[in-house]
Amino acid sequence: MRARHLLRSSTLQFTTVYLLVFALSAAGLLYFVYVQSRDFMREQTLETIGAEITGLREQRSMPGLIEVVDRRSDRRGPDRDSIYLLLDPLGRKLAGNLAHMPDVPFAPDHYSDFRLTDDPASPRAIATVLPLINGGLLLVGRIVEERVRLEERLATIILQGGGIMLLVALVASFLLSRWTLSRLEAMNRTARKIMAGDYTQRIEMRGGGGDEFDELAANLNAMLGRIERLLNGMREVTDNIAHDLRTPLTRMRMRLEMAQQEGHDDPQVRHLIETTIAEAEALIQTFNALLGIARANAGERRAEMEQLDVCSLTGEVHELYEPLADEKSIVLELDQLGPASIVGSRQLLAQALGNLVDNAIKYTPHGGRVVIRCEGGARPIIEVRDSGPGIPAGLRDKALERFVRLETERGTPGNGLGLSLVAAVARLHDADLRLEDAQPPPGLRVVLTFPPVDPAPPERGGPIEIPATPS
Amino acid sequence: MKLLIIEDDKPTAAFLRKGLQEAGHNVDVAHDGKTGLLMAAGETFDAIVADRMLPNLDGLAVIRTLRSTGNLTPVLVLSALGEVDDRVAGLKAGGDDYLVKPYAFSELLARLEALDRRSGQRPSGGDVETRLVYADLEMDLIARKVTRRGITIDLKPREFRLLEVMLRNAERVMTRTMLLEKVWNYHFDPQTNLIDVHISRLRQKIDKDFEPPLIQTVRGAGYSLRAG
Ligand SMILES: Nc1ncnc2c1ncn2[C@@H]1O[C@H](COP(=O)(O)OP(=O)(O)OP(=O)(O)O)[C@@H](O)[C@H]1O
Ligand SMILES: [Mg+2]
Repeated sequence: MRARHLLRSSTLQFTTVYLLVFALSAAGLLYFVYVQSRDFMREQTLETIGAEITGLREQRSMPGLIEVVDRRSDRRGPDRDSIYLLLDPLGRKLAGNLAHMPDVPFAPDHYSDFRLTDDPASPRAIATVLPLINGGLLLVGRIVEERVRLEERLATIILQGGGIMLLVALVASFLLSRWTLSRLEAMNRTARKIMAGDYTQRIEMRGGGGDEFDELAANLNAMLGRIERLLNGMREVTDNIAHDLRTPLTRMRMRLEMAQQEGHDDPQVRHLIETTIAEAEALIQTFNALLGIARANAGERRAEMEQLDVCSLTGEVHELYEPLADEKSIVLELDQLGPASIVGSRQLLAQALGNLVDNAIKYTPHGGRVVIRCEGGARPIIEVRDSGPGIPAGLRDKALERFVRLETERGTPGNGLGLSLVAAVARLHDADLRLEDAQPPPGLRVVLTFPPVDPAPPERGGPIEIPATPS
Repeated sequence: MKLLIIEDDKPTAAFLRKGLQEAGHNVDVAHDGKTGLLMAAGETFDAIVADRMLPNLDGLAVIRTLRSTGNLTPVLVLSALGEVDDRVAGLKAGGDDYLVKPYAFSELLARLEALDRRSGQRPSGGDVETRLVYADLEMDLIARKVTRRGITIDLKPREFRLLEVMLRNAERVMTRTMLLEKVWNYHFDPQTNLIDVHISRLRQKIDKDFEPPLIQTVRGAGYSLRAG
């Protein structure tokens, strides 16, 4: 997992491209240096040969030429690398330090490479020929063994050096990208923990506060600090509103109850009190539902999340709602393909599932059919589908909003918060909530798909891939 | 019952006192945590009602202090915070039950009476309860069998659980939320007439063919198992 992660990283891709460009230009440079020095050395040799030929040309008579050649080709002389061979028109050797013409083609003004003798280990040499007016031939050349060795040495040095350079660069880029990745991964880890609801998390600073990463971390941390303060502020406000409103609501309700207990004779007054209590009750319920949605949305209830089997939950909710369905002659079916283990809040999931089943029963006419289904596997699923009127595709997103009740449902009780809570609970669980047509239509099918079950919990395992969070 | 109310909101405290006195209880009131703690430690009460947010010393601290001195008086925590984590915090501190504002007085009364440890229809003798009896209704907890006037009644598991809870709290008022809590272990408002449907099912089985009916509806509050 780690290696794959590293391979996919853009840091590594970037350093690899950089490395390739670097290697190509370095190789080009080295090749240029090599070719230049090789050519330079060769030219020097050729110039020397050229100078010798110019000297020999001055010799007009044949005997004089022979003498000069003999003198110059003496291996004990100052210039031991010179090669001469003077031939008469019939190809017989007249003078020089070469036994016979080498076995390679020669032409005037053209330099040929060859070995000094037939032995393949003999020194390498280079020479050209000069046709004489009398029909003879003069070969002038130099032994270049040393120069060639130097060239070869240069090539090896350049190749080895280049190889080492490439290796060092490769290791360095790997280390560099690993280092960068580990810093980024640290930030990602923190971000994941924060997304999981722990707003107190901060990104670790490593470079003593000096480098760009630390600067980024410091900025992000400052931002997180502000967000946390805002969230806390908001939470305090909600709690305060809750407290401030609940106390008067409690009083109001209690006063009404006292009034009711006093027992008025006037049936009109009694009725008035009764309906007011019912209204207050509804108000309080709405209020509680709203607060519940707000707090689920704020991710505050992650603390109560535990390992649980959603299939046993569907069983419980089925049992709870079966009599209600029965009252309306609706068949409430249970389709369990479990177990389906997830980490979640039993209370919230049961409430959300209850809301879905409640809707299905409420909006499906007498004699209909409602199915609660759960399925384990890579991504556990809960599904509730009914044979009611369904919700038109264009109105599904809207139905999830707070206080939204669709036109057709005027007659039924409710305040449009049921599906909002389901959406908030889905978000809290990183689950995907989909409303679609039941198959076969008509009817509504609501599917909650939970994120992949993690074999290793994030705290202990290596880096994990974050599932795409539903928006 | 001798009750102590620790509640800083004076009108609420006054209503509570009045209501509880009318229900036949003996009520003392404290308006802040410190006074409440002193009173709770000084006298013996059958139950305490404590608000969570209190001046001087908050409700949970009062309970914790009481418990640390070995005082086991049942405490009902009242709170304006209402979520399950708050409930857990309240119960962890040593509270016995938790009620969220705004509550119905009938709910508070029902829960308080359920907390009273002296009452309750406990069958005498025997360490482990194997049978629950009320009037002519008998429940065998081992064989999971229910009979009324000797006639066996066939109950589904949840109906059995529901009846068991009713039997254990016989003659007390059980509200709908209390039943959802005790039978299904769910701590949220049952939206619809969910509990009513379950009760009516149970009634069909244990009251339809017998006289007198045992499951009584308590108007505006809940249900109660009561003969006559
Ligand atoms: N199963 C369904 N079939 C048809 N329409 C539905 C279904 N579920 C929801 N709806 C539509 O979506 C709207 C919003 O549903 P939601 O559960 O949020 O509110 P409600 O049921 O009206 O009230 P509450 O759930 O708060 O008592 C409903 O008013 C209804 O029009
Ligand atoms: Mg609904």
